[in-house]
Amino acid sequence: MDEIILQMKNITKKFPGVLALDEAQLEVKKGEVHILVGENGAGKSTLMKILAGAYTKDSGEIYFKGEKIETLSPKHAQELGISIIYQELNLIPYLTVAENIFLGREPVSERIPGQIDWKRLFDSAQEILNNLHVDIDARAIVKSLGIAKQQMVEVAKALSLNSDIIIMDEPTAALTRQEIENLFDIIRRVKQKGVSIIYISHRLEEFSEIGDRVTVMRDGKTIATLDIKDIKMDELIKLMVGRELKEKFPKIHLDIGKDIMRVANLRRGDVLKDISFSVREGEILGIAGLIGAGRTELARAIFGFDRIDRGDIYVDGKKVNIRKPWDAIKCGIGLVPEDRKGHGLVLTLSVRSNITLASLDGISQRQHINLKKEASIVKDYIKKLNIKTPGHEQKVASLSGGNQQKVVLAKWLLSKSRIFIFDEPTRGIDVGAKIEVYHLMNDLVKNGAGIILISSELPEILGMCDRILVMCRGEITAELKREDATQEKILYFATGGGKYVA
Amino acid sequence: MLLKAGFSRGTMSDIGIIAALVVLCIIMAILSPTFLTVTNLLNILQQISIISIIAVGMTFVIILGGIDLSVGSLVALTGLVMAGLMKNEGVSVWLSIIIGLLCGCLLGLINGFNVAQIKLPPFIATLGMMSLARGAAFTISGGQPIYTLPKPFLEISGKIGIVPIPAIIMILVFLIAGYVLKYTKLGRYTYAIGGNETASILSGINVKLYKMIVYTISGLCCAISSVLLTAKLDSAVPVAADGYELDAIAAVVIGGTSMMGGEGKLLGTFIGALIIGVVNNGLNLLTVPQGPQRMVKGAIIIIAVAIDVIRKTRQSEK
Repeated sequence: MDEIILQMKNITKKFPGVLALDEAQLEVKKGEVHILVGENGAGKSTLMKILAGAYTKDSGEIYFKGEKIETLSPKHAQELGISIIYQELNLIPYLTVAENIFLGREPVSERIPGQIDWKRLFDSAQEILNNLHVDIDARAIVKSLGIAKQQMVEVAKALSLNSDIIIMDEPTAALTRQEIENLFDIIRRVKQKGVSIIYISHRLEEFSEIGDRVTVMRDGKTIATLDIKDIKMDELIKLMVGRELKEKFPKIHLDIGKDIMRVANLRRGDVLKDISFSVREGEILGIAGLIGAGRTELARAIFGFDRIDRGDIYVDGKKVNIRKPWDAIKCGIGLVPEDRKGHGLVLTLSVRSNITLASLDGISQRQHINLKKEASIVKDYIKKLNIKTPGHEQKVASLSGGNQQKVVLAKWLLSKSRIFIFDEPTRGIDVGAKIEVYHLMNDLVKNGAGIILISSELPEILGMCDRILVMCRGEITAELKREDATQEKILYFATGGGKYVA
Repeated sequence: MLLKAGFSRGTMSDIGIIAALVVLCIIMAILSPTFLTVTNLLNILQQISIISIIAVGMTFVIILGGIDLSVGSLVALTGLVMAGLMKNEGVSVWLSIIIGLLCGCLLGLINGFNVAQIKLPPFIATLGMMSLARGAAFTISGGQPIYTLPKPFLEISGKIGIVPIPAIIMILVFLIAGYVLKYTKLGRYTYAIGGNETASILSGINVKLYKMIVYTISGLCCAISSVLLTAKLDSAVPVAADGYELDAIAAVVIGGTSMMGGEGKLLGTFIGALIIGVVNNGLNLLTVPQGPQRMVKGAIIIIAVAIDVIRKTRQSEK
């Protein structure tokens, strides 16, 4: 168990203008789950990409199974037994599970050279899946599987490659509680086979559940490697951010004003069934529920992105007609979408263009954009929201997740939104940036805004919201006051346990 | 190293193709003594004006994330409309030109409508229009050219002093288009939609409207180009501008505009058109026959874009 399988020593990596890794260290034992934590930009992903052969290191040494490794290409790394499962899964959607598992290594028929031996392909794939105790048909098309199952296909693929190390980058970010349990079961099983797992995650509560040791990174350096059982969460956070965070959820209590938006009998097919609720000035309204409960669909329907069958929306007591996002924006609604890169930002554009994208009318005479005015407004927002960027002409693609989120937020602040829908705003961003997002939310409600917070993280819902709606299968099944809400109650109503309105 | 890091990717890319253009010019100057004369250089501007104006519209469409294959056919059809009006119907030259330009806008708008409202893939929508417009050109002309056009019209291909008028028109088109891309909402939204359509819709942009406008711009550019071509040839023929879509796309991609949309610059397109123009002109001066000329042009497109792609891959791997 204490055999060292991997050592990365003094790894340094420079990108233009940034020192991504500064003599970073990592040591992994055989058969352990080694957790890698750190804020965004700490260098975790860069270090892992070097290990997987996707990047080349500038200096430093890698020892794998006692042997020094000079150069690594992705193929070479895979042959050595190092597999990486990226957050954006690398499967081919319209091929079967088996074809994905054996991609590039398909068993070939003995009689006709070059022809795939389909029976053997499916049989071997099914065997691997069965060994993992996962209920996936090797003949299923990958596209038809949920994210959780796709991830397990990736694990199966890694195992079929006889990997000694499997790197998992935030595997639980998009999973429900039950799916996470299943994944952990699989990780434990894989571990017993002597495979080491390097596990990157931001979810502190998972660490003690699955991890053996943890390495903390900050600013490209390795801060410490510790046994999980010897460490307290507070200390871990302190190591990660380099300072003490007083509270995980800096909730403020305000006098809650009148209704700012009211939704009445909203219906959209089977997805949203008779949704009615209201948000008030100064209030953070939480919407909890399992994945597929209709929370994101609700956000999209309110925002005019999806057509609704019927239902009314009132803003400041007046009925409004929202048929497209532009109508919603004019009513003062801003949507911070779940898929930041896919829906929130135009990655090919600069920070400047992204921030002003929804508000160009205000800084233009007819078609002509006043670029000077635009630049000065954008600079203000960069300062106000403390967006870390080399300048406003920087492409948003190169910003860290937390800072990208701030750019999305700046866009809605500039468009004078008063009703903010946050859909999983802290997914995939680190502890420090999370708290910054919470503070931003506080600033918004202090100024009289109303916030709808959709989140799968119950501690976040419980920690930040004044009132909580629970959704299950397109319906609101409960409305809970902050004081009454508990994790158990929310889960009870989220899983279809019953209906309750406070 | 520090200095290198200071350059953004865009600047580097521009320098790359400008360098390529300079090298090409030097080679041509060595091979042919007539290449580096004022008359010949102005000649090149005149020669590229037709393709590069089409390429301006194409740049908009490609930045938007689309493609317009119908441009060559639109040039032919609008040319016949204009020539037919002024020659056979007795409509005044200026009114004929205006109707021709409107005709180009309308055809572009139809492309835009099919792409934005019906949601046809741009490749298919404009491929269909390519055949439709070409067929219409043959039909309305009965396959016959219309020639000996009114004198005032032919003066468009003349000169002011030593400067060819088409070159002046081309530069004006580039300046206006450059302004639109950089300083207007239309330009900004073109980049935004090409970069991420969903995020653009969610930011309240009327994506359908702007898509239609951009394809209309492409149609308008074709019609402007058609005026120059028809005046230059003193005739409108249904087979005119055949294959121009490829030259226009080549100018755009040599200029570094991404076929994926969301990124690109008009300056690049201009230099791309110049590169093609210099090669054509140089090979003509050297009396290289058509066959090898085409081969050289094809090779240059592949090499120019390959260099760009290789450099970008290296950059992102570092």
